[in-house]
Amino acid sequence: MFPSSFAYHRPASVEEAVALIGANPDAKVLAGGHSLIPAMKLRLAMPEALIDLNRIDALRGISVNGEVTIGAMTTYAQLLDDAGLGGRFTVIHDAADHVGDVQVRARGTLGGSIAHADPASDFTAVILALGARVTAIGPEGERTIEADDLFVDLFTTALRPDELLTRITIPAVAGTVVTAYAKHAHPASGYPVVGIAAMLTMEGSTVSAARIAVTGATSKATRLTAAETALTGQAADAAVIDRAAAAAEGLEINGDAYASEEYRRHLVSVLTGRVIRQAIARAT
Amino acid sequence: MSTTITGPTTLRITVSVNGTQRQAEVEPRLLLVHLLRDSFGLTGTHVGCDTSQCGACVVNLDGQTVKSCTVLAVQADGATVTTIEGMARDGKLHPVQEGFWAKHGLQCGFCTPGMILSAAALLEKNPDPSEDEIEHAIEGNFCRCTGYHNIVRSVQHAAELMRRDA
Ligand SMILES: Cc1cc2nc3c(=O)[nH]c(=O)nc-3n(C[C@H](O)[C@H](O)[C@H](O)COP(=O)(O)OP(=O)(O)OC[C@H]3O[C@@H](n4cnc5c(N)ncnc54)[C@H](O)[C@@H]3O)c2cc1C
Ligand code: FES
Ligand code: FES
Repeated sequence: MFPSSFAYHRPASVEEAVALIGANPDAKVLAGGHSLIPAMKLRLAMPEALIDLNRIDALRGISVNGEVTIGAMTTYAQLLDDAGLGGRFTVIHDAADHVGDVQVRARGTLGGSIAHADPASDFTAVILALGARVTAIGPEGERTIEADDLFVDLFTTALRPDELLTRITIPAVAGTVVTAYAKHAHPASGYPVVGIAAMLTMEGSTVSAARIAVTGATSKATRLTAAETALTGQAADAAVIDRAAAAAEGLEINGDAYASEEYRRHLVSVLTGRVIRQAIARAT
Repeated sequence: MSTTITGPTTLRITVSVNGTQRQAEVEPRLLLVHLLRDSFGLTGTHVGCDTSQCGACVVNLDGQTVKSCTVLAVQADGATVTTIEGMARDGKLHPVQEGFWAKHGLQCGFCTPGMILSAAALLEKNPDPSEDEIEHAIEGNFCRCTGYHNIVRSVQHAAELMRRDA
């Protein structure tokens, strides 16, 4: 299978990339290519031009300094190799280690995954749980978008067609903060049938704040606000965790040939409980 | 340096393949696997699924294994590529090839080039992997014949050979 013909641009800077995007409305940017190239081979995507971001060094890298900033072109492999992402960022390693396989992790990028907004991608839930924000640059300059406002629908984000996602920022949070991610992976593709990410702030054994998000089950990654409410301000004993896990079920859930709506609903609840327990275990 | 090519026009690229600098005139839509197989005649890299799943097309690109059916040839411009043909040196098999030979890590052999490239990249990073670590590292390589058991043993054997020679 071959993609249809396209023009190829390989800019060396963000400014050049933004100018190229502005000048080529039918172009697509190429990040890791692990969603885009398969779609082009199947002719599901036939862009007139590709703007390859792979030679823009400014878009790669991770800096940890209170808050964490991750360049959009940072690959899953680079996230896994970064020893600075321990502690409350463990959720990033939890998730990155099980995206696809080694070769997908070598090419696929955090920015590409978020911009693509596949309803079954791992990192959409992770950045929601972490309360991250993304920075986008377009012809009118830069703006930031909160993760909570980013995912609009299946494969649709609040990014405008002429905007480039440049980085993801995870704000600093005070106190004892723990995180975890778990998924039930599709046995053939490895994509999450359901994935749950959680970030909890602990005061002793009490959960003082919770952000929990689901991917795979819904048309876009979504916060599980009912589960968050059931946990917040409570001493996280077995009964409270079970209540939060049960509360997670109240969502509009999609079914498909592999996993029915009912089965996914069950997975949402089981994985929510599991992730909460895993995160809390990391506090001690 | 930025580069632009348009439409059916081609771009001249230079790639170091198995230690030799090679040049080709390519269309942007040419996939790396076809550059290797069709332009350079290196047919040890296979096309299996052609949908980024099976790993028959795995090669090493600048130190990392990639599925060459999911990388554009133009993206390898200036890069270093190792294929299965570049694993043996001076008539001597690579220890991972030795391992597959000694422990019957292949039957039809279709998956083997990609499997060997993935295993060699693992051992480069982790000279003494556990069975779980080996399975995790070859998750992107499908084998329809062996049931993976002997592949894991082959990689363990290769690890032993490499540790002995280190
Ligand atoms: C075999 C296989 C298994 C996979 N398994 C998983 C899995 O388990 N979990 C998972 O989450 N994903 C999985 N993926 C998808 C993988 O994570 C993709 O790499 C990811 O979804 C897209 O990232 P990319 O960098 O490859 O983006 P690309 O494919 O290059 O781009 C995707 C889309 O986003 C746009 N885009 C990319 N970067 C930007 C940017 N900076 N600004 C604006 N727009 C941008 C592109 O124009 C394109 O439309 C798998 C893929 C494969 C091939
Ligand atoms: S042919 Fe490339 S992954 Fe199957
Ligand atoms: S040996 Fe036949 S596919 Fe692996």
